[in-house]
Amino acid sequence: MSSETQQILTTDGIPLEVSLKKVERRNKFKAFLLVAPLLLFLLIVYISPIIGMLFNSVDDRMVTNALPKTFIAMEKWDGKELPSEEVFEAFYIDFQKLIEEEKEGKLSTQLNYEKNGFKSIIKKLRRKSKSFEEGNYKEQIMGVHERWADVEYWRAIKRRAPSYSYSKYLKGVDMYQNEEGKFVQVEEDRRIYKKLWVRTLKIAFFVTLFCFLMAYPIAHLLATLPMKYSNLLMICVLLPFWTSLLVRTASWMILLQQQGVVNDFLVWTGLVADDKRLVMMYNETGTYIAMTQILLPFMVLPLYSVMKTISPSLVRAGKSLGGTPFITFWKVYFPLTIPGIGAGSLLVFILAIGYYITPELVGGASGTLISNMIAYHMKSTLDWSFASAMGLMLLAGVLAIYWIYNKLVGIDNIKLG
Amino acid sequence: MSSSKSFVKFDKVDKSYDGKTLVVKDLNLDINEGEFITMLGPSGSGKTTCLMMLAGFETPTNGEIYLDSKPISRIPPHKRGIGMVFQNYALFPHLTVYENLAFPLKVRKFSKDEIDNKIDKALSMVSLSGFEKRMPNQLSGGQQQRVAVARSLVFDPQLVLMDEPLGALDKNLRESMQYEIKHIHENIGVTVVYVTHDQSEALTMSTRIAVFNDGKVQQLSNPDKLYEEPVNSFVAEFIGETNTFSGEVTDIAEGKCKVKLATGAEIISNPIKVKSKGEKTKVSLRPERAIIDPEEKMDNKYKGKIEEIIYHGDHARVRLNLLGNKEFILKVPNSSARMDIKRGNEINVGWNSNDARALDLKSI
Repeated sequence: MSSETQQILTTDGIPLEVSLKKVERRNKFKAFLLVAPLLLFLLIVYISPIIGMLFNSVDDRMVTNALPKTFIAMEKWDGKELPSEEVFEAFYIDFQKLIEEEKEGKLSTQLNYEKNGFKSIIKKLRRKSKSFEEGNYKEQIMGVHERWADVEYWRAIKRRAPSYSYSKYLKGVDMYQNEEGKFVQVEEDRRIYKKLWVRTLKIAFFVTLFCFLMAYPIAHLLATLPMKYSNLLMICVLLPFWTSLLVRTASWMILLQQQGVVNDFLVWTGLVADDKRLVMMYNETGTYIAMTQILLPFMVLPLYSVMKTISPSLVRAGKSLGGTPFITFWKVYFPLTIPGIGAGSLLVFILAIGYYITPELVGGASGTLISNMIAYHMKSTLDWSFASAMGLMLLAGVLAIYWIYNKLVGIDNIKLG
Repeated sequence: MSSSKSFVKFDKVDKSYDGKTLVVKDLNLDINEGEFITMLGPSGSGKTTCLMMLAGFETPTNGEIYLDSKPISRIPPHKRGIGMVFQNYALFPHLTVYENLAFPLKVRKFSKDEIDNKIDKALSMVSLSGFEKRMPNQLSGGQQQRVAVARSLVFDPQLVLMDEPLGALDKNLRESMQYEIKHIHENIGVTVVYVTHDQSEALTMSTRIAVFNDGKVQQLSNPDKLYEEPVNSFVAEFIGETNTFSGEVTDIAEGKCKVKLATGAEIISNPIKVKSKGEKTKVSLRPERAIIDPEEKMDNKYKGKIEEIIYHGDHARVRLNLLGNKEFILKVPNSSARMDIKRGNEINVGWNSNDARALDLKSI
């Protein structure tokens, strides 16, 4: 309403808008109180860990605080040749302090993330440094191990100087920032993460596709069968939901292994020779099979709920107007199920992209996903900041897919039921 | 209507869904070309099943349906070339009005110009020119209905089926649509099979009406005959209003019979379904055929007490207690002449025995 139009008053003389707002405010407040516990819960268990992860992934103060003098001394170093005696001396002083505080182990872990080979030379330096004489530290340190005389290792230390860095994100895509500040790829044989990202996307995509191909007829049957049959079928679809994920994956292991049920059956029927049993587990195939089965209900249910709302008279109308069954399906029925396809695909894809247990158990080396790598860094290398960085990259990827989906299809078109 | 060759023929058609009960029993029905025939009946009477069999969405369990003398049981719906209007219009919600109408034309491989031409014609027929780009959900119920009618006619089918197409509309709209559909039918001469449970709709629109009950056609005739001369008590009670008296035939001769009621009184009626003395019967009399202060020549004259007067604007319904029937309804035109019609008064009522039809006992 433009301000030119005359203000409407209630019978009591209060402007109508004010009066309306007053009434609505109370309702809004009530509504807010109702959702407040959930909001708080989300804030505590969802938003704050993500912020924590974000912080963790860029936080590099451990190294910065461990080697304060070294980094000050390094400021003047151009990084082209070995640093000056000044730097070595500062490093020695910092290092001695760390030994006192028993923190040199942590430093070695951190530096080892940056460049392999630090762990052993730091251990060695710790032993030898007890007998160091004053002065000429450069010679003495370089004498401990040849790597201490390698400029690469000193560059690696310098890269860890800032308190906050995005180097973990670069590492997540097999890149690093070199001395000139350029982004470069790591050596060919050490590129592992990019391959893993591609594989994760590929597996998620195909799992979504397989789920769609299998779920569409099931959902259609569910939506069109008479009640007594459709209920039974629905139970069959939901039954896996009531079984533990671990149990389901384990049963796939029993089925798929080389001495497993499927192979035994194939050998028994003579389709496969006994010495040529199929390898269906501990590789990509296993991941595909098990994940498709486990994620299938997430595709069936949104599809079903959409198909249920499509009036059968629409298909009849299509046929009565002369459309063959195929044309009627393709021009009438299928377009109306797109909201369900979108919802189901998005759901399955997002779940698949972050799937962990199943690929861990049946994936072997070639069937693991990025989430397995994240878990590996959390549990084994304890490089939490790298794990956080990769986790956030995964989250960003999911959000990007969501965004693209919204641009292409529109989120309003999603129907979950 | 007198054409000897029937356009649609149901020949001894039975239909059962569960193998235990018949939904349609031994249906024989001939529909002539250009006719507007209505299948009228209560829900569950089998009328929609008949329509679905004709459209091809159900198969007869027994018997055969002929379209233009060709058996069609084995022809799938999309090859029958029958237009159909569905109960809830069944417009494709993701397509515009134009695309909805283009659907049957595209599958028939018409050229773009022909399609445009036919759609223009069809839309102007239902006075919706200029609505081509609208989506169905941007149209009112009446407009959607017209699009559905236009879509069912746009590919020039010889036969159009309509399954309670006006059921979802409000009363005024429904009435104007009735005339509109009737006029479209008259203008283009297509054969229409129309299903409804609304008897006034059926009477307004049809050339002939088939009254369904219990899987059978109870009566097939033109509207006035159906109303004036129902052949059994189901039809009499289903179509319009009727006053009934149950009793026993005591005398029968020369197109007249005497029926003795429970109160002992005897009324003279027209024997339609009764043939001999002693038969139980139900006598049916239309409210407007009974008049107050009857003329001398009327052979049924009785006194009744006014129980209730229900005001209907142009007329009033007067409920009488007459010959033991407390639900006897009389229609009195709204005029200033009759001031003695008051509750509790006694009045004289009479009718011609020819209008009191003695029918069978069976009733819904």
